[in-house]
Amino acid sequence: MTSLEQVRERAENDAKTYGYYLTPDKELLQDLLEGLQKNEIRYGYPSCPCRLASGKIEYDRDIICPCDYRDPDIEEHGFCYCALYVRKDVRDGKKPIKPIPERRPKEKQMNAYKDSPETKTQENTIESNPSTPKMKLYYCRQCGYVCFREEPPYICPICKAKKEMFAEVTAPT
Amino acid sequence: MLTTKVEGKNRKHKVRLYAISTCGWCKRTKQHLNDLDVEYEYIDIDLCSREDRQEITKDILSRKGPLAYPTVIVDGKILLTGPSKEELREVLEL
Repeated sequence: MTSLEQVRERAENDAKTYGYYLTPDKELLQDLLEGLQKNEIRYGYPSCPCRLASGKIEYDRDIICPCDYRDPDIEEHGFCYCALYVRKDVRDGKKPIKPIPERRPKEKQMNAYKDSPETKTQENTIESNPSTPKMKLYYCRQCGYVCFREEPPYICPICKAKKEMFAEVTAPT
Repeated sequence: MLTTKVEGKNRKHKVRLYAISTCGWCKRTKQHLNDLDVEYEYIDIDLCSREDRQEITKDILSRKGPLAYPTVIVDGKILLTGPSKEELREVLEL
């Protein structure tokens, strides 16, 4: 089982990699880390503690911490949706932390309501196959990092290039 | 539906809270309501069945609210998403 210390360490390392900080609110930090740990235990992956997960990785991939929305949220507000990750000015107390609007598209949010892991029924079949939601191969034109996702990441996790630097990998003709 | 009722001296308004059990902000809203000694009921939506989740979605969307938590519904009319203690105090006339 992942210990709380491991969850904290993982978050600290990720913050360091991206030049972010963990929330200075100690109580909130503790709650969020415990939430991540609980989600990892019950779902098998640390989905955002402040979002409703479906319990199916195909639907929740974008909200596994650090979520796909963290970087644009930090750019716009100074902290991510749950406020685990914050920018320097927020850490230094120059900007208050408060709830921010949800950036995740509603269609994706709705999956958590359609399909509860505990109650799988026939009528619960999803129209489109969840395991193949328009996944494509993308590569970073700056460092060559390759990923298989619905969209390229907001920031390249390896060289920190912006999303625009990504291109789709296409089969040679 | 898994509804938990919390006793409080302030019962002027009917307060319902939709929350997520792992969410730090939801925990904070519960704390605000406790501090203000408000009687309220809360539902941790992540612990609910699919049917209950759908019912809650309908309830929130019918009130034009975003599907974000914590969501507080006062007297079945006013919807607050992630309210501060001051906002709660104002709406609940405390």
